[in-house]
Amino acid sequence: MGSGGRLTGNRLQGVVGGRRGCNGAEELARAGACEVTGEWKSRSPVKTGLPLWMLGLGADLLWADMNRLLAFLFHQGVLDEQFLQLQQLQDETSPNFVSEVVNIYFHESEKLLRNLRGLLMEREFSDYKKMGIHLNQLMGSSSSIGAKRVTNVCLAFRAATEHNNRPGCLRALEMLEHEYCYLKNKLHELFQIEQQRALAAGVRYPVQNN
Amino acid sequence: MVCEKESECIEDMEVEILPSMWPEDIGSEVGKQFNIEKPGRDQDMLEDVTIIEEPTIADFKRLMELTNFTEKGSSQLAYLMKHWEYKQANASRLLREELDSLSKQRQDVELRKMEILEEHRFEEERYGGDKRPVSILEDVYDIWQDVPRRKNKVVVQNKRIEIDAAEYDTVKYWKQRALHSEKLLEASIQREQILQEKLQERIKNIERQSSPVEELSQILKRADNFLHFILQNAPVVIGHQDKELRYRFIYNHFPSLQEEDIIGKTDIEIFTGSGVKESQEFKREVLEKGLPAKREITFETELFGSKTFLIYVEPVFSKAGETIGINYMGMDVTDQVRKRERMAKIREEIAVQKAKETELNKTIHITEETMRAKQMLATMSHEIRSPLSGVESGVMKLEATKFRPREVLKHVLQTAAASLQKILTLEGHVSDDVPIEVVGDVLRIRQILTNLISNAIKFTHEGKVGINLYVVSGTQANEDRCLSTPQSSSDRNLLDAQRHDHPPSQNHAFHGECISPVKSECSANGDTEEHHHSTETTVWIRCDVYDTGIGIPETAIPTLFKRYMQVGADHTRKYGGTGLGLAICKQLVELMGGDLTVSSKEHHGSTFTFILPYKVSIIEENSDDTDELSDMENDEGTCDDTTESFFQFQPRTLGSLFSSNGSSRTQKLLTHKIGYTSSNTSECSFSFPSHDIISKGTCSVQDSSLVVDTPEISESSASSSGQSRETNIENVVSRDKYCQDKGIADSSKHMVAALEMDIATKSSELQQKFKVQGNVTSIFASELTKSTSKPKILLVEDSKINIMVTQSMMKQLGHSIDVVNNGAEAVRAVQQCSYDLVLMDVCMPIMNGLQATKLIRSFEESGKWDAARKALMELNLADLDYECSGPSKKRIPIVAMTANALSESAEECFANGMDSFVSKPVTFQKLKECLEQYLS
Repeated sequence: MGSGGRLTGNRLQGVVGGRRGCNGAEELARAGACEVTGEWKSRSPVKTGLPLWMLGLGADLLWADMNRLLAFLFHQGVLDEQFLQLQQLQDETSPNFVSEVVNIYFHESEKLLRNLRGLLMEREFSDYKKMGIHLNQLMGSSSSIGAKRVTNVCLAFRAATEHNNRPGCLRALEMLEHEYCYLKNKLHELFQIEQQRALAAGVRYPVQNN
Repeated sequence: MVCEKESECIEDMEVEILPSMWPEDIGSEVGKQFNIEKPGRDQDMLEDVTIIEEPTIADFKRLMELTNFTEKGSSQLAYLMKHWEYKQANASRLLREELDSLSKQRQDVELRKMEILEEHRFEEERYGGDKRPVSILEDVYDIWQDVPRRKNKVVVQNKRIEIDAAEYDTVKYWKQRALHSEKLLEASIQREQILQEKLQERIKNIERQSSPVEELSQILKRADNFLHFILQNAPVVIGHQDKELRYRFIYNHFPSLQEEDIIGKTDIEIFTGSGVKESQEFKREVLEKGLPAKREITFETELFGSKTFLIYVEPVFSKAGETIGINYMGMDVTDQVRKRERMAKIREEIAVQKAKETELNKTIHITEETMRAKQMLATMSHEIRSPLSGVESGVMKLEATKFRPREVLKHVLQTAAASLQKILTLEGHVSDDVPIEVVGDVLRIRQILTNLISNAIKFTHEGKVGINLYVVSGTQANEDRCLSTPQSSSDRNLLDAQRHDHPPSQNHAFHGECISPVKSECSANGDTEEHHHSTETTVWIRCDVYDTGIGIPETAIPTLFKRYMQVGADHTRKYGGTGLGLAICKQLVELMGGDLTVSSKEHHGSTFTFILPYKVSIIEENSDDTDELSDMENDEGTCDDTTESFFQFQPRTLGSLFSSNGSSRTQKLLTHKIGYTSSNTSECSFSFPSHDIISKGTCSVQDSSLVVDTPEISESSASSSGQSRETNIENVVSRDKYCQDKGIADSSKHMVAALEMDIATKSSELQQKFKVQGNVTSIFASELTKSTSKPKILLVEDSKINIMVTQSMMKQLGHSIDVVNNGAEAVRAVQQCSYDLVLMDVCMPIMNGLQATKLIRSFEESGKWDAARKALMELNLADLDYECSGPSKKRIPIVAMTANALSESAEECFANGMDSFVSKPVTFQKLKECLEQYLS
């Protein structure tokens, strides 16, 4: 009960370990170090028939799950500190800021990725310059949300376009798509947990006694 | 025994004889190389080799002739004859010896025979009728003793014993003796017979031995075989040509022509094509000169195509010494030549490649250097960046702090000496009239000095680097500033020295000059003047930073103070650096109301001079003359640093010891004391109100950059005040101070500029326009501070994500921002609204950040939007609003936002007029720093 109340106000503050914390990522990485070696797995719910969050009891567990997932993503280099900056921007005035931004990001990125694939698949002559512009955009927005691995692949991709290196571009595009899908899945997972956690935290039971 | 000896002898002879087959010179010098193995084995060896004798086409008659007529041939024959004769003589000598020994033996035998016979006779006589009494005893021996014992001693002895055994002197005895002798004779005869047989055999042997002709031909055959053996596969042509260069003999292993085609013909008759004539002429040359020679000739004939031969030709002489022909030897070296040419080509290519490589390396090096420079710019520390951008944006704060010029000088030199990596002398002179303590922005001054000194050290390889500090009059400061023609540094230094020597007279002159204009100027507002002068006054201090370095070419001086400019590309390569230092220095100096000039002579040195006004607090330094003097004396007695006038850092004491030159110092002090009344006048003069006004008033009248800035102030001040009154100089000065304290150096700068316009009375129109009232400034200043509290910020960004993030961050930092999506929109926004800060993405569609910045800057400089209009027209975009265009208030700080500081070259950002950049992704920290820097 008490814990639920604590988390209601600033849901994400707990996650990032302080509003203006700069080394939140490190802390998280350290916290989740034991579990980051393998594939991250959400903790299996207690067997009650109903998911715990529906009972409004799993908020703490879900909070821990979120932290672990984040730590895992940091450790893998999928995300970097910029994501924490993003989380810091989320407050009461914009409670869904992160997911909003990230959804726009997904939307924009998918468009860019489609364009990139189209440009690269053109039979005769790929417009490397245009690809470079697309990549600059993707790189800019990716770095802004802290999608580190996507940003890095973009860099490599851009280098390949600068050299008109078609096989390099193709490789980079595949990697980019892979990284993007991975990021998208993981962030969706993260948002899902967050949603559940928010719901769990929102459940109020009538006070029985007193 | 004899037999063996003989065969040995022959063998020796053989070995000796063979070398003689070869030309004498070869035989003697390299004979060993051409030795042939012993005949027996030689023969065996050659038996296995099949020798095709066909190729030899020889004119045997001619060969005979040659052997007969040429020297070599005849000597060869003579030698062979001699050898044969010698051998024969030897053989006959041996035979004679043998005969001699045999006949000697025979004689011996005959002698013995005769002896024996004689003995017999004697015995017979005795036997017949010996009447003489013979001693039966030992006497018998006496007889035998007479007989020669040499050969038969043993036998006789034995006989004697036998005889002893037998009956002596009996018939039987004698019979026995006769028999024995017979036997001996027989053996002797037998021996003789054997010897005779041997002799016969020997003779037969000798007979069987070859005749000289046979032997000769054998030797010749061997030589011939040898020659064939070594030549059979050699790509060699050997020939002999007569005086007319007709072939008389030719050997060619790969003959392409028949004998009749060659023999008796010349080269030209046989072949056609290039090279043939050359070879013919070469041979003729050898023939004429009589000296052997080698040459490589390339033939291009129908017969065997293109081939290169190395030809050796030697003349052949007759016994009389005339040349009768040439020997010719040619070897096909076509492949070698081709290889050689290919090698040469390859070598050439390698050389070219290497040259290219070095060139490339150089280019790479330069590129790396450039990259490094770029990187350096990109990561240039905050401290260096801030004054620059501060200078550019015109909002830099000037701190007014009290400091001691001598200490600053000393410290700057000390720091430079500590990091000095060259053998240079660093020195500093401070004129006695320089006040002990002045007020100014010591940080900036130190920055300028350090920059100039490090620059001087960088470009100086030997000699010295130093700083001179001395007081100049305001007018002089002006004059100096107007000096546009570069003087040679030595001249300048000389001038400096003179100034050093006569500071009093200079100061006097300065007083004389200044007092009169002051009176006229100040008469209007006498009361305020006095009020201010009781607290402080201004002194102009000139600072020369000189070196004995490489100097600056005259052509480079005009661009010296431009940003990113160095004297030449070579210099950048050699000395590094960004070329920003001097530009910053100049701007800093100008911002503080002074000017930075340079004089230089290439290869001799440069002198950078800046003259700056400093405030001197009089309260501390006492306005009274006499008090001042005593104070000074006390100071000198107690504290060295405050009045020290000469500092030197010798190369030996690099970085460790700071030595103030004692002797020179005392000297200075001495002069100081001797002429104290005059030398202190400068300090005393601070009490004169005139000094301040004049020195302040004459600052950089002709400085165009300041003139450009003036309209905005005049406008703002005129609009806010409405009144215009004759400017009070003192007010301005105090205002200046006030503004500095408030941190609005910008406005103070403009005030000063406006004031300059006033005093210079350059144009009466301008004078009317720029009259400013004292109280206006404070209002203006407060307005400025008010406006900074709610700054207008424009974000130019095309990425939705980035906009969201930046906007959100700004919100949390307490700022609301306007957002546009490309450069064209940014230009329009800036035209319509005055922003305090523009955050500009670099890569954007339609119009990028660099272009937009350039257009905004061009407007700020010209006050016209023409360039922007043109650019928008070109992009087919809507034109700008006309009514909104007007002179911009100030230079808007534009901060680039780059996704990659290096790829979107920081240099490019700066070159397009951006003030700094923030690398993406933007964070709270970066935004905060940026806002603090540009909006505080």
